[in-house]
Order: sequence, then structure tokens, then C-alpha cells
Amino acid sequence: MKRTIIHLLALAWLVLSGAPFYFMVGSAFKERFELLSTSLWALPKNPTLANFRAVLASRFVAFFLHSVIVMVLSVVLVLAVSSMAAYVFARLRFRLSRFLFAFIIAGLVVPVHITLIPVYLLMTATGLYDTLWALVGPYVAFAIPMTVFILTDFMRQIPRELEEAGRIDGCGPMRTFFKIVLPLSRPALATLAIFNAVGFWNEFVFAYVLTASPGSRTLPLAVWDFQGQYGANIPAIMAMLTLSTLPLVAVYITAHERVQKGMLAGAIKG
Amino acid sequence: MIPSLTRERGAQRLTIFLFLLPTAALLGLFVVWPITGAAQLSFLDWNGVDEARRFVGLANWRTLVADPIFWRALRNNLGIVVLSIVFQLPIAMALATLLERGGRGLRVHRVVYVFPMLMSTVAVGILFKYVLDPQFGLVNALLRAAGLGSLARNWLGEPHLALAAVVGVVSWQWIPFYMLLFYAALAALPADLREAALLDGATETQYFFRVALPLMKGTVRTACVLSLVGSLKYFDLVWVMTEGGPSHASELMATYMYKKAFAAFDMGYGSTVATALFVIVMAAGLVSVWLTGRGEEPGGAG
Repeated sequence: MKRTIIHLLALAWLVLSGAPFYFMVGSAFKERFELLSTSLWALPKNPTLANFRAVLASRFVAFFLHSVIVMVLSVVLVLAVSSMAAYVFARLRFRLSRFLFAFIIAGLVVPVHITLIPVYLLMTATGLYDTLWALVGPYVAFAIPMTVFILTDFMRQIPRELEEAGRIDGCGPMRTFFKIVLPLSRPALATLAIFNAVGFWNEFVFAYVLTASPGSRTLPLAVWDFQGQYGANIPAIMAMLTLSTLPLVAVYITAHERVQKGMLAGAIKG
Repeated sequence: MIPSLTRERGAQRLTIFLFLLPTAALLGLFVVWPITGAAQLSFLDWNGVDEARRFVGLANWRTLVADPIFWRALRNNLGIVVLSIVFQLPIAMALATLLERGGRGLRVHRVVYVFPMLMSTVAVGILFKYVLDPQFGLVNALLRAAGLGSLARNWLGEPHLALAAVVGVVSWQWIPFYMLLFYAALAALPADLREAALLDGATETQYFFRVALPLMKGTVRTACVLSLVGSLKYFDLVWVMTEGGPSHASELMATYMYKKAFAAFDMGYGSTVATALFVIVMAAGLVSVWLTGRGEEPGGAG
């Protein structure tokens, strides 16, 4: 009896969270006329790939590549910069350590919107406005607090004995970091790579404000522009949404434990 | 011995400096400097293009205090805060409990429940614009099919419904996150705790409220703080779905700031709204962290 109730409730939420996806993917395979003439939840009668072809013909691939470039570059940078800072806070003692750490962590709460106007002015002044490079700086900067926070916590838990051995062999703090601490931090780095990658992949506000032309826009913006252009062609838009969501869903299905952990990175350490 | 010790100190100092430099430079350039920049701009009258920047003192701030749209936006933000904490968190907790009790039979559910988190907020917003469309939308189609056609509405177009509809979508997108968070906390509880409680004659409900929930206090607090700060900063979904409309019904501080700065090119007033948003979020963040016990900032779920 109890089991039945549990399964019924679980099923109800499955429908509620799954229905919009079903609508999205199903509509993407329909023709415009079919969508309007048959019920929305019916399976497509003659599944067509025309909508997907239309999307792929509309520079989708270019936007996709832009997103990949920005994401990879930002993830690599934020991990590099943050792991160095985290090592300092986890291992080296100095007077301002606690204060600086608290200051960086306070960055977690800062709303990006306060920076939009000055950063926009900065990018126009330096000529970086409307290039992919304009996005990397703000992305990395706003990802630093969380990444430093989690990495510092992780590095503190690495047993010091491992580094003592290195020190006796004459390793300085820099060598110790690169040879011992960084390799041992791999699990946390992997989690944070996923956490930040999902965030960068889906980021909207900075991309919206700092880029304008198709030559420099990322996928969320392409989806936005596409919707403006094809407003009434629902199947084409659904095909666009499906294609833009597909990469993350594919990664998630192949590695859902890691991805779930990665997405909780902010709330659960490590 | 002494020289090598000083050399070690020197190497340490150099490492501290070099390793913190990139972080300091990035945060300085893209976080700290823009914050001070926005605060300064809030004292100017400037369209962002002209050479002429007129210093107007507190004029923008006086306008803000008397601006009914700003207060409306703030109220809407607070509404989202309350609804998020009152609806999202309990539903997420219920789902987490379901998943935990359902065991292996619900493995597929656990994977599918997370799908909404994988979509970009823009994609979610656009998808739901069509799901909620008055003519072609899924919701109204289902209502009509169920004979409840009289309940069909223009969900995003009617002022008294727009905000509620948006909050519904926000919940759809974010409940999975809190569900995973609570699920992780539930799964981390010692397995024999339940059995011991049930042996002592507790009911399932009693076990949950008297034993499990108190042990997850830290996680629930974390969820509340994240939810509070996140709701005050909200922008993407509302911008995509309603742009704050109709007639400011779903306006938020962030959408209002965007409109003022980048649609009306009133950089001075836009910065004033942005600065107010910043102060409110920081204050709320600090107060909530302080109220819910120190040292647990975003973590604490352990």
C-alpha cells in the first residue's frame, strides 16, 4: 500500500517534470501544420527531420563552437587561477590570510548585475565588446569565489605528511603545489569543472550585454535570436531547443553520478 | 640553518604573492572595480555615449526612493523569495524522501527529475512560453481536453497571473536542485537510525520530523540562504518570458535595472537601481548567514 502511494507520487512528478520535454522533442519532429491540427501530446505521425535541418543550416554549428571555446577556456582558467589561490589559503600562513579568504568568499553573494554597466563600458572602451574574449574575464571572475571555497576546503583535508616528504627532498612551496597537491586535488577539480562548465554553457546575461552580432554569440543567445526570428514556427524552435539541450543531456546520461555531484558543488563541499 | 630558513620564508612569500595575483587581478577588474564604478555612476546623469557626464548628486537616489516601479520590483523579488522557500523547499524535501524510500525502483526517476537543471534558463523560458501560450500552449490544451476550458488563461499576459506563472516555472527548474541537495543529506544519515527509531515505536512521520529533519538542519539552512540570495538576484527566466511585463507586473530589480541602462540608456539611474540591488542582496546575504549560525556560508551540508 505504502509502496504504491510512493510510486504513484513519484510517477506524478515524473510526468510533471517530463511533460515539457516530451512536448519539446515531440513537436520538433512534427510539421507546422500537424502541430496545429492534431493534439499537442500526440506522437508525430510522420516524424520529419526538416526542422533539425533548418536549425543546422542557420549557423547553429558556429554558435555551438563559440560556446565550446568560451566554456573550455573559462573552465581551464578558473581552475588554474583558483587552485593556486586555494593552495595559498589551505597551506601557507600569512597575516591577511583569513581576511582575504573571507573577502573572496563574499563574492559568492555579489549579483552580476551590479557589474554589467561598468564592464560593458570597459569592453567598449578596450574594443573587446562583441567578441568572445569579452565573456571570459567576467565568467572566470564570478566563478572564482565558489571554486576557491571548495578547493581550499578540499586541499585542507589532504594529509600534510605527503608534503612533508617532498619538503625533506627540498621541494619549495611551488614544486609541492605542482607535484603533490594539484594531482591529489583531481577529484575536486573534476567536480568543479562540471559545475562551472554547466554554468558557462548556459550563461545568459553577460553574453546578452557584451555581444551583439552572430559572429560572437553563444548558444543561449542563438536560441534567443532564433526565437525572435522564427517566433511562429514552433516546431523549428523546439528543434533548436532540443539540439541546444542535447549535449548536456548526453553527458548527463553517461555520467549522471558525477554530474549530479558537480551541480551540487556549491552546496555540498567536494 | 638560518640562511636556508630565511630562503624558505622568501620562497613562501613569493609563492603567496604570485599565486594570489591572478585571483586578485580578476576579482579587482571584474568585480570590485565595477561595483565602485556603478556606485559612482549612480551620482551622474549620463547616457553612456556622450562626453558630457553631469554630476547630479543624490538626484537619482531621490528618484529611486519615490519610484513606484522600483518598489513594485522589490516586492516581486520578495514574493519570489517567500514562494521559493514556502513551495520549492517542501516539495523538494518530499521528492527527496520519495526517492530515498523508493529505493532502486526509482532509479530512472532520479535521473529524469534532474533534466530541468540541464537546460539553459533561456531554453526553459522559451519552452514554457510555448507551454503557457494562450492559443497553442500545452497547459490550455490539457485544460480544454479535460473539459476545464473555462480555466484556460493567458498565463503570461494577464497582470495578476504573470508573476505566479513565472514562479511556477522557476520552481519547475529549481526544485530538482534542492531535491538533490536534500537527497544527499538524507542518504548521508546513518542507516540504522531509522530502524532504531521505528523499533522504539516511532511512526514514519515522527521519525522524519523528530529525527531526520533536525539532523538535516544545516542543509535546510543552506537551501534557505541559497534560495533567498538567488531569488533576489533573479533575472534570466523573467527576462525571457515576460521582460517584466505586462505593465511591470513581473518586474524585478534586475530586469528594471537592465531596462533603464540598456534600453533607455539612462546609465546613471540604471546604476542607481543596480547599486540598490547590490546593497539589498549583500545585506540579505550577510544577515541570513549571521542569523543561521556562523561559518556555514554556502556549505555546511558536509
